Formats: sequence, structure tokens, C-alpha cells
Amino acid sequence: MVESTITRADLTEAVYQEVGLSRNESSQLVESVLLEISKSLSRGEPVKVSSFGTFSVRDKGKRIGRNPKTGEEVPIMPRRVLVFRASHVLKDRINRTMRESREN
Amino acid sequence: MTRSELVTRLAELNPHLYHRDVERIVATIFEEITLALARGDRVELRGFGSFSLKERSARIGRNPRTGSAVAVAAKYLPYFKTGKELRDTLNKN
Repeated sequence: MVESTITRADLTEAVYQEVGLSRNESSQLVESVLLEISKSLSRGEPVKVSSFGTFSVRDKGKRIGRNPKTGEEVPIMPRRVLVFRASHVLKDRINRTMRESREN
Repeated sequence: MTRSELVTRLAELNPHLYHRDVERIVATIFEEITLALARGDRVELRGFGSFSLKERSARIGRNPRTGSAVAVAAKYLPYFKTGKELRDTLNKN
């Protein structure tokens, strides 16, 4: 299995092929989708995409960390982190195709 | 925000597009990401984040109710790592 990386350009190309807008507009729409998701998350609002997964924001409290190199104690300030939970549909699709490609 | 609320929002921002085309655009994006992961590819969206697979080896699990041992097959789990820009945006204000 040769692993490669998909980027915005590939998503733009897929939208261009599928919907028949110009490449430029397809690219703007891909950007717009990512931006709207980011904006919702910045408001602290989770984004639920059916058959794909849920992005949600979790608050982390202050804790004492340690610099692994020097052993020095460093306070880690309270912060917000993004958590992605894949839906069952996504997990099943990944594992079904990966299994099939191994068996062949 | 749900998938359909996202579609509605994008349709408002793009009044020249048909609602069903906006639906197809959103569906295509998530479908492409899903297909890439199912092929074993990574998806890297700079500033937003990246999707990749983590391998979980086979293990003996337990039925939490009965305590009986159950074989759990090896599997891949999708993993999302938040991009730097989005992580910073979440922590502003």
C-alpha cells in the first residue's frame, strides 16, 4: 500500500468534478466549509457531521507539567482543545476497505 | 452545528447556488476525506488539521456486563490532529 496525502487541492478537484463550478469557486467553497466549521468551534459549539463524526471543544484545566529534558516543573495554563469523534459509519467504512485490500 | 445547519449557512453565503448543489459540495468534501482514509491515505488541511489512521492491534477484550473474554480484531481508528491556526483561534479570548 502506497500511502499518500490528500490536501485542499484534492478536495477542490473533487468538488469541481462533482458540481461543475469553476475551479476557483470550488476552492473558495472548500475554504468556506472549513471556515464555518472553525467559527462554530471557536464559539464553543460542536459540529456534528452525520456519517462522518463530531468535532467538539473541551476545556482543560491548569496543571503542572514537566519539561521532559530538564525535569523542570512548568505550569500548563487552562486551554481549549478540539476533539474529533469518528462516527460508526466512518469507522466501519475504513475497516471494511482496509480488510478487503489486505485479503486481496 | 449539524451537517444540515452547515449547508444552510453556506447556502446563505452563496445565494447564487442551488441548495442541493451546496448539499453536494459538503457531501463531496466529507466523502473525499472518508475515501482517502479508507485507502490508508492521510488528509492534511493546513491551518485546520489533519486526519490519519492509527492502528490498533488485536486484543482480548471483556464483556463489561458478564466479564467474559472476547477476541477484538485488529483495526484502524481515524485520528484528527488540530492544526496550529485553529488551535490558536480556539484559545483566543
